[in-house]
Amino acid sequence: MEEREGEVRWDGLCSRDAGTRGAALENVRQAVLRRTAEISPAEEDPSPESSQGRSASATARGRLNEMLARLLMLSKRCPFRDVREKSESILSSVQELGIRIPRPLGHGPSRFIPEKEILQVGNEDARMHTFADSFAALGHLDNITLVMVFHPQYLESFLKTQHYLLQMDGPLPLHYRHYIGIMAAARHQCSYLVNLHVNDFLHVGGDPKWLNGLENAPHKLQNLGELNKILAHQPWLITKEHIERLLKTEEHSWSLAELIHAVVLLTHYHSLASFTFGCGISPEIHCEGGHTFRLPSVSNYCICDVTNGNHGVDEMHVSPTGSISTTESFCEVEALMEKMKQLQECRDEEEASQEEMATRFEREKRESMFVCCSEDEESAPTRDVSRHFEDTSYGYKGFSRHGMHVPTFRVQDYSWEDHGYSLVNRLYPDVGQLIDEKFHIAYNLTYNTMAMHKDVDTSTLRRAIWNYIHCMFGIRYDDYDYGEINQLLDRSFKVYIKTVVCTPEKTTKRMYDSFWRQFKHSEKVHVNLLLIEARMQAELLYALRAITHYMT
Amino acid sequence: MEKMARVTTALGGNTITGRTMFCHLDAPANAISVCRDAAQVVVAGRNIFKIYSIDEDQFVEKLNLRVGRKPSLNFSCADVVWHQMDENLLATAATNGVVVTWNLGKPSRNKQDQLFTEHKRTVNKVCFHPTEVYMLLSGSQDGYMKCFDLRKKDSVSTFSGQSESVRDVQFSIRDYFTFAATFENGNVQLWDIRRPDRYERMFTAHNGPVFCCDWHPEDRGWLATGGRDKMVKVWDMNTNRAKEIYCVQTIASVARVKWRPECKHHIATCSMMVDHNIYVWDVRRPFIPSAMFEEHKDVTTGIVWRHLHDPYFLLSGSKDSTLYQHIFKDASQPIDRANPEGLCYSLFGDLAFAAKESLISSDSNRKPYIGDRRHPIFFKRKMDPTEQFEYISSSSTLSVFETDLESGSMDWFVRTAKQYALAGRPLAELCDHNAKVAKELDRDQVAQTWTMLRIIYSSPGTVPSANLNHSLGKGSTSLPLMNSFNLKDIPPGIGNESRLERSKGESRSENILMDSSSTLINNDENEETEGSDVPADYLLGDVEGDEDELYMMDHENPHAEEQEYILPQEAFPLRHEIVDNPSALDHLQDKADSPHVSGNEAETVSLTPVESFSLISISHSLYENRLPPDFFSPIVRDVLLFYAEQGDVQMAVSVLIVLGDRIRKAIDEQTQEHWYTSYIDLLQRFQLWNVSNEVIKLSTCRAINCLNQASTTLHINCSNCKRPMSNKGWICDRCRQCASMCAVCHHVVKGLFVWCQGCSHGGHLQHIMKWLETSSHCPAGCGHLCEYT
Repeated sequence: MEEREGEVRWDGLCSRDAGTRGAALENVRQAVLRRTAEISPAEEDPSPESSQGRSASATARGRLNEMLARLLMLSKRCPFRDVREKSESILSSVQELGIRIPRPLGHGPSRFIPEKEILQVGNEDARMHTFADSFAALGHLDNITLVMVFHPQYLESFLKTQHYLLQMDGPLPLHYRHYIGIMAAARHQCSYLVNLHVNDFLHVGGDPKWLNGLENAPHKLQNLGELNKILAHQPWLITKEHIERLLKTEEHSWSLAELIHAVVLLTHYHSLASFTFGCGISPEIHCEGGHTFRLPSVSNYCICDVTNGNHGVDEMHVSPTGSISTTESFCEVEALMEKMKQLQECRDEEEASQEEMATRFEREKRESMFVCCSEDEESAPTRDVSRHFEDTSYGYKGFSRHGMHVPTFRVQDYSWEDHGYSLVNRLYPDVGQLIDEKFHIAYNLTYNTMAMHKDVDTSTLRRAIWNYIHCMFGIRYDDYDYGEINQLLDRSFKVYIKTVVCTPEKTTKRMYDSFWRQFKHSEKVHVNLLLIEARMQAELLYALRAITHYMT
Repeated sequence: MEKMARVTTALGGNTITGRTMFCHLDAPANAISVCRDAAQVVVAGRNIFKIYSIDEDQFVEKLNLRVGRKPSLNFSCADVVWHQMDENLLATAATNGVVVTWNLGKPSRNKQDQLFTEHKRTVNKVCFHPTEVYMLLSGSQDGYMKCFDLRKKDSVSTFSGQSESVRDVQFSIRDYFTFAATFENGNVQLWDIRRPDRYERMFTAHNGPVFCCDWHPEDRGWLATGGRDKMVKVWDMNTNRAKEIYCVQTIASVARVKWRPECKHHIATCSMMVDHNIYVWDVRRPFIPSAMFEEHKDVTTGIVWRHLHDPYFLLSGSKDSTLYQHIFKDASQPIDRANPEGLCYSLFGDLAFAAKESLISSDSNRKPYIGDRRHPIFFKRKMDPTEQFEYISSSSTLSVFETDLESGSMDWFVRTAKQYALAGRPLAELCDHNAKVAKELDRDQVAQTWTMLRIIYSSPGTVPSANLNHSLGKGSTSLPLMNSFNLKDIPPGIGNESRLERSKGESRSENILMDSSSTLINNDENEETEGSDVPADYLLGDVEGDEDELYMMDHENPHAEEQEYILPQEAFPLRHEIVDNPSALDHLQDKADSPHVSGNEAETVSLTPVESFSLISISHSLYENRLPPDFFSPIVRDVLLFYAEQGDVQMAVSVLIVLGDRIRKAIDEQTQEHWYTSYIDLLQRFQLWNVSNEVIKLSTCRAINCLNQASTTLHINCSNCKRPMSNKGWICDRCRQCASMCAVCHHVVKGLFVWCQGCSHGGHLQHIMKWLETSSHCPAGCGHLCEYT
């Protein structure tokens, strides 16, 4: 390939062969130094340069900064020790030349979870090879991966699926896939995912004009906007007419296979947005907002640092309320376990009538509408992401609240295992299998621990969470007693679930901290995995059912 | 429903009659089951639970079991089964995990008998013991199977599958104590009803959930399973390890399987998604269903054979809220619609052809090709003739034809393309030259066409227009069938019939020519071409040294004038299809000419016994008066159409270019454009970039002309400072040096410049080539391991 200016080859760094990495790093080093050399004179005596020259040097400077940011990311996040060390040494040698180098903002992949809780890149650990895999595939390790690695088994399946959706054979062209990802993430104003995919989108040759808004994208993608909107906020409203509209427009119509691909991507990114907010993922180091070139000064702490608990000031994770509530929340865990045990052992004790069961479901469904975060909570920093979708006002609406009566979706009539899977696998081979695996792993994942207790059967609790989320979407399991949800999930937890699933952008650190106070962070991440998979399945079920109706 | 058949079967006393019929249910059905006497059927679903009697002409609703003001979830049935011993006894599996039994003998309206609420999740399947009245088995989503004694309130024993949900349970028909259970994770377990602690045997049957299973009614060891992986498998359980003996691949996940009574190898299946039909397969013939019922409009959820010993009646319930009785006579037989011939090319041009034996032997016109085939492969398969519904004899023949590598090559195409002259000289010369090229390649018909074109169009002043006596052979249209069997010489990689035909007798097949003047021109243009059109793929230019020779058209000139008179008539054995020639047919001449087939054909003639072709002969002028060239336009147009039709688009395009305005108006733009694009595509596949570029240049279609105007920019780096060269010319504006220095001789390169894409260094083509013979590093000393493609 022809090497063009400003495009340093980074791909060699992803190799598993240390020699190749070394050579690639050396190239990078030379490129950086060369660029540095080009720039420094311009900075030293700017006077003789014409204005044109100055702007040229400004863009050159910008490119150098990009490279430096990338190096900074590598020095922190690369799973290969040699690359980390070398990147750091390049950075410091650049610094010695008098050029300002960036430093990371914030201290970790998540704003909610203290950095020390998260697996350090570079620890010798069995999980490192997952990192290396991911790094080799993507060229960087994203923060989502770093947080998910609490659950390596799931992470592996997750990465495999995502890689297949974005890179492997599929009906949609690569730039479409990223753009759909951007569309979906933008629905929840998830600037993290948007940034990530804007980069990828441009990298695979996407037209930068599309990024100015959906109206600049091809008609075909614009048509998808409606589906995106409904799917994200009110999936139960999807009908076969929506599908028909997408498939039957003469000029910009979708094929069934393309549509399935798009639907899977949309749901994947909606739920990933939930994860991003639910775990407070911080911006990538090499992306905008993840690093700064300013020197550290006292006034300069980023808000997220403070709220994060990452900063030295409140190093103790147990928040101010912690000391008071320790004993109290200790009891919470005990009580919860006690209830689970009861439910498991003597279920038949009070035999509820059928009507009672139905009412319980309806009540839970209704209540889930009112479990709602107060609107005055500070909203997450929204950036310029709204341009990717119209109609911001169209948010999640509970059904009962607006007097809409939506018929309950019976999972026994249309389930993922029996129906959804077959449809997806038929139209987009292998993906059904991958998603199915992912659902299974997420649903069955357990370490038989709860907070400080070991050997606990958590299946009732997990099932309650899963079914509660589906309940919010109107999906009912005939064989489930929705009374259990009320016993197992307390209010603050419900608030958190509801927020993360329906309006993820409103999630705050306070919510994250206030549920399950005694539980470990890894367990909270586990909850998040359940949330996103349940949400994805719910959205998929509605979309696939509509497609099935369309087909018959 | 025109073809409704009425079938009567006598079965040990009671007679079953009926026809294909259906009735509407109020709601989608989830499962159906028949009463022992085959006179009643029960339909169960989320919102329906009814018993219908099967009359001769219709279904009649007998009983609605869904009673009560507000039916509870206990009525929401996932499965239903009718006891085969006691016709008053039914059991249902409810979606909320309850197993309910019903006693039709109860006097009250509510027939509900017992309620077992032991399962925690949805119960997927219930099954009565085939011989024991009180024994009921259930399998549930919670992973447990439970055995109930209907005389007791609770389950007798619980079997834990130690895994995910149970999808189906079935008592073995012959083995009193055994039952099979299938699981969502793809496993099948065999249990002994007396030993609830551990399964007897377990094996993985499918990838993904196993939705259903069915024991063979006669053969005690056979178990059929159907799964989400779209397979139906038949397992022989007699041996120690379950052995897969048959496997049927369907097109959608398999929801139910049911062995067909009295037919050892037949099995009915229906699918869970997408596909609404019911298939009956012969498991020994897994690729095509032996019968198919297509009545349902939504997925079929339950199928059951009406009577234990009657193979002709099938009942089915569906999500489309209908209940059907299918009669086997009305089934559609996909095999009738199947195309029993198969034809396939291999990578190397070999061709396999399979057809029914009868079809091949009945082919009286040709002798069997056993001689032609180098490696014929035959296999025959005879089906059991006693098998019912085996309408079509299934013995077939497979033949494999090998490509003859030498004669199959496309050399002629490449050579013609390179050697043809298309422009730059008078028409007569061009035609003569091209005729000669074709002649050299033993393509007489093409050569003849060129000569004729010259006669028609060139120098009307001197040449009295030749009188063309087109005698038309009649047979040339009969080529296809015969020829398609003569596959010995198929050119590799090309698969249409016209090619087959051509390659067989190159000598007289119609081919297209191209010319070397193209390459000459390209010599001048080479630099430009490289710089603009084809970025960097062929940095070592394609100019070949020997082209000049091609221009020595030594013995072409003498005939300039009298040629048309001297030409011996034998030289015109052209196969031609032009139909519109009004001139008199000269049969005598025709006969005289026809034996002149080339030697090449002589070899192959045995393969193609009937190979008639039309002839065009040119006789001495019968008419003295000259005709205007326009007169021939329709003929020439037809000639070109003919060539293009035969797949020789090379000829069509070449003539089009050479004749230029003389013929262009006679052919519509679209056709021309089509020819051009096809030819250019072909040329590019053979990597004849220069020729294709010339064709583009010479073409008169606008759409073609602009083809080489696209993406003409080539980005290059300065070999000195490694920055992109932004301005025109060869001086880098950054380092003020000439960028196109040869790295070997350090002179400025003019003409062909080749460079490495990795390090931007390069130089004279010759120098670099020489350098690379000895070293793989960059001659500039930058240390780069240069790669030139």
